[in-house]
Amino acid sequence: MRWVTIKSLRAVLTMWLVVTFVFFVLRLSGDPTDVLLPDDIDQATRDFYRTLWGLDAPLWDQYVSYLRGLAHGDFGISFRNNQDAFQLVRDRVPKTALLGGTAIAIALLLGVPLGVLAALYRDSWLDRTVMGLAVFGFSMPNFFLGILLILIFSLQLRWLPSSGSGTWWHLIMPALTLGTGFAAQIARYTRSSMIDVLSKPYMRTARSKGAGPARRVGLHALPNASVPVVTILGLKVGEMLGWAVVTETVFAWPGIGRLLTNAVATRDLAVVQCIMIVLAFTMVSANVIVDLVYGWLDPRVRVGAGARQR
Amino acid sequence: MLLSVENIEVTIARPKGGAVRPVLDVSLCVEAGETVALVGESGCGKSMTCLAIGGLLPRRGYVSAGQVRFQGQDLVPLPADQARALRRSGMASVFQDATGGLNPVRTIGWQIAEAVRLRKGGTRAECRAEAVRLLGRVGLPAPERRAREYPHQFSGGMNQRAMIALAIAGDPKLLIADEATTALDVTLQAQILDLIGDLRDTLGMGVLFVTHDLGLVAQSADRVVVMYAGRAVESRAVGPIFAAPRHPYTSGLLNALPRPDADRARLASIDGVVPPIDALPPGCAFAPRCPHRSGLCEQADPALTGSVACHHPVREAAA
Repeated sequence: MRWVTIKSLRAVLTMWLVVTFVFFVLRLSGDPTDVLLPDDIDQATRDFYRTLWGLDAPLWDQYVSYLRGLAHGDFGISFRNNQDAFQLVRDRVPKTALLGGTAIAIALLLGVPLGVLAALYRDSWLDRTVMGLAVFGFSMPNFFLGILLILIFSLQLRWLPSSGSGTWWHLIMPALTLGTGFAAQIARYTRSSMIDVLSKPYMRTARSKGAGPARRVGLHALPNASVPVVTILGLKVGEMLGWAVVTETVFAWPGIGRLLTNAVATRDLAVVQCIMIVLAFTMVSANVIVDLVYGWLDPRVRVGAGARQR
Repeated sequence: MLLSVENIEVTIARPKGGAVRPVLDVSLCVEAGETVALVGESGCGKSMTCLAIGGLLPRRGYVSAGQVRFQGQDLVPLPADQARALRRSGMASVFQDATGGLNPVRTIGWQIAEAVRLRKGGTRAECRAEAVRLLGRVGLPAPERRAREYPHQFSGGMNQRAMIALAIAGDPKLLIADEATTALDVTLQAQILDLIGDLRDTLGMGVLFVTHDLGLVAQSADRVVVMYAGRAVESRAVGPIFAAPRHPYTSGLLNALPRPDADRARLASIDGVVPPIDALPPGCAFAPRCPHRSGLCEQADPALTGSVACHHPVREAAA
């Protein structure tokens, strides 16, 4: 119970810091009316919009009224199309969640088995091949891989659509672009974690019971080896959101990333802030989930009764 | 004959080519219901011998010569899964580091129940109940509750008991105990040894017991095999070997024991150290440290003839 309270308080604090930071940095970066209105507009009109959007008030007053709005669930209005900013962002969330979720699934389904195989057959040609591919996978810049895939599968082979999000076919290339780098990293972490676990005395105990190779890997080694991998995965979720912006732009995938790119370019303050809050919330949730999974995997860090006996 | 190891050699290949041979020539046998002690200094190949018998050699390690006959069947040439099936039904190992030897993310009960299930079979509930019974059998209080706990919630001694419960699951015919009590305090050590002795007597189990504590050997073993630099150098019943050791190395080990009846102020020791396995001298490996060496010892390696491998065994009278 105490653990939950501390976690929640820390989450709220994190979110508040993000909101504050984003709020002030955005306002320091220039006046939205410069971008949104034509250059030759007269000062009266400019002032009218500044008043309309509340940009004429002192910075501190703007901040307080923004926080007050947030407390009531009001994320502000998009300058560009006069819609509720939260509404705009919420419409895009499912697309990004689909892309990100598929990419994580690819990273796990590809990275974990490959990492395990590389560890089991370490120093063999299999290990060297997998690790070579992994280096290639995560040193390849995201946008480059995306463009490469488009060149091959859309322009040359004409198998897959190069942009948009209408069908499942549209999902394949963006998800691969986003997932490959992570699969490579997961493979490397899984490999080193497995190699560490395989040399542990309890693996010899499992052998001494007469457990076969599949049982030793699946029931004895993997639950131990997955602990560091899960920790890494939690940290990588944030990194992945960053890369999602690039990937969505390359493939014209209508998710949060594209919305963010446009909103930043047009200084659509309310939308940028709202996206940042959503991203921060996702990060914080990912970390809470990792903590929970971590405790479930490893009884030594499990919170609650009996965890600290010795 | 329960276990008969004949002239085994263990080779461990190095990743970059080459190989080391931690065990060069070891023969020993264990009958049902008897305890055989394997003694020698650190690095002489005791543990590797145990791992070879138990089929637990590290990666790239294998038995490169000789036989490991278990219940009449030579395990060395068998395919891995067949050898595993034979060992699973009749052989168990306990090692020094019990806390590290138990899986930290599984409950004690789960781990013992798995051993029961693999060795004997049965439903989940039956194996579970058997695990609790075994924990009680090794003297753990409140076994029902303890079975649901994890290794980190146990003390070192409790984990060692749990390891023995795990080892005796499914009533193995042979128990290999490699320094199973070395890390424990003396009282606990005595309890664990009593337990193993008790199980040996009631289950008719053969025990291969590795230690460098000769006091324990005198208490609990029937026969002794002395190892030096990868070879068995003397192999005899416990009484005679203590009364009249024949190999100079055995004699040196026994002299190094503190004895309350001896009126010397300092403990005797054997000069020098065990040579590393990749730099053995030609001839008898013990020759450089041996008080009785001759020119012959430095040229020819003595074979194990009768009970001792030495060109100049210590005479009965001289001991």
